[in-house]
Amino acid sequence: MNDFIRIGVLQLLAAYLFLAILIFIVRKRGIGREQEIFFAAARMTIQLILVGFLLEYVFSQEHFLYTVIILLIMLHFAVRNIFSRIRLSIKPELKRVVIISMLSGSLLSIAYFLFVVLSLDPWYHPRYFIPISGMIIGNSMTGVALGVERLISGMNDRKELIEGALMLGARPSLAAKSVVNDTFSAAILPTVNSMVGMGIVFLPGMMTGQILAGISPLRAIEYQIAIMLGILGSVSLTVYLLVHFGYRAFFNTRDQLQL
Amino acid sequence: MMDAFILQAIKYMDILDIAELKIPLQKVTCLLGESGSGKTTLLRLLNHLISPDSGKIYFMGEDLSELNPVELRRRVVMLPQTPVVFPGSVEENLLQGLVYSEKPQVPPEKLTMVMEKVKLSKELHTPAGVLSGGEKQRLALARILLMDPDVFLLDEPSSALDELTEKLILDSLTEYARSQGKTLIMVTHNRRMGDFYADYTVFLEKGHIQKTAEVAACE
Ligand SMILES: Nc1ncnc2c1ncn2[C@@H]1O[C@H](COP(=O)(O)OP(=O)(O)OP(=O)(O)O)[C@@H](O)[C@H]1O
Ligand SMILES: [Mg+2]
Repeated sequence: MNDFIRIGVLQLLAAYLFLAILIFIVRKRGIGREQEIFFAAARMTIQLILVGFLLEYVFSQEHFLYTVIILLIMLHFAVRNIFSRIRLSIKPELKRVVIISMLSGSLLSIAYFLFVVLSLDPWYHPRYFIPISGMIIGNSMTGVALGVERLISGMNDRKELIEGALMLGARPSLAAKSVVNDTFSAAILPTVNSMVGMGIVFLPGMMTGQILAGISPLRAIEYQIAIMLGILGSVSLTVYLLVHFGYRAFFNTRDQLQL
Repeated sequence: MMDAFILQAIKYMDILDIAELKIPLQKVTCLLGESGSGKTTLLRLLNHLISPDSGKIYFMGEDLSELNPVELRRRVVMLPQTPVVFPGSVEENLLQGLVYSEKPQVPPEKLTMVMEKVKLSKELHTPAGVLSGGEKQRLALARILLMDPDVFLLDEPSSALDELTEKLILDSLTEYARSQGKTLIMVTHNRRMGDFYADYTVFLEKGHIQKTAEVAACE
């Protein structure tokens, strides 16, 4: 830990040179994106500064409520983010399923990971609880957002096949099975693929961070492997809950397809 | 004469408005009417794929809305106007109806038999996607024949067939229905067909029953 190089304010400013170069090129070539790039970088800076102070404060507190409140805030924004990403119109029943599967799936995974895999003590230890929950929630959010979109478009695209199955006396669960299964695999595929390149194509962010902080790479991979499996588990669980209960929103109580 | 279906004061959007309609049991009923008159919509109501906004439908004397929709559809199977082909081989497509309706599988001889009945001569392992329009139509028909339901709702079962094949198939279909005591409700696109095959014809015009007629038996 002692050979950790601190980045001071001046050095940080030097890093902004990258941004300056980019803006210079964009302006020179008349691409017309300089405002967007500038505001994105500004947002990143401000948000991170705020989060830095917030976490510094929370880490210094002994009370579990701080951790719980941050967890709830993360969940809240994750769910909002899912709805803002979906461009298709979404039924209220499906909305409810999205919220419930996102909350229950990621909370279960977080609890299992923190209390069983890590045996966190005290259970709310914010230094572990918050970043790990963040990673699990963030990845589940991406999976669920992808899943909802696939589910809606799949149901619409395969209307004929689904009604064709209903006409033959299929239960809705069987009629929608192909859409449900395809949605599940499409939504977990990015997570599965990200494991393939890990360590070869790129070093995952958390592991990089730990190594930079002076932790032995062998300790860092332990964490990375565990968290990757936790993420995989949470993404699969949330997406599974989503498709397993979500398809029903497309059928009414008379087992008729209702898009 | 018993009725398979009785419809009373049925309204569905501004598409159907039927004061009363009785469809006889164990007979061949042909539905006629110009494009857009509501024939498909009527079949979908009978299959409980949609529900009327008002009015009552009775199936075998029971209120259709109180029957379990899935079980009803297993007794009253519908063949859609554009044949549905599921991914997989001809054989898988034939068996799909049994899979969906959770009925026991049948021996391979039965598959060949039903294929003959619809004049489809294709290897069982052929991917169903490569079939021609008319072949797909016959495949879909064979699939529901294999399910052996009480009532067949057929939406233009021969629209993609040439005249000769159409005749062969409708002959074998009506012969089968009559010998097995099945109720056949069939949308036919021409009047001549209706008069030739039906025991009973229903004419739809802009969602109303224009007239119903019992066709004089020439047996
Ligand atoms: N879900 C729906 N929403 C709105 N309009 C519909 C719906 N379903 C059918 N229609 C309309 O109802 C009318 C009757 O449709 P239907 O498919 O029953 O006609 P059809 O008699 O089967 O015609 P065709 O011989 O061309 O198949 C059409 O004008 C159609 O556009
Ligand atoms: Mg039609």
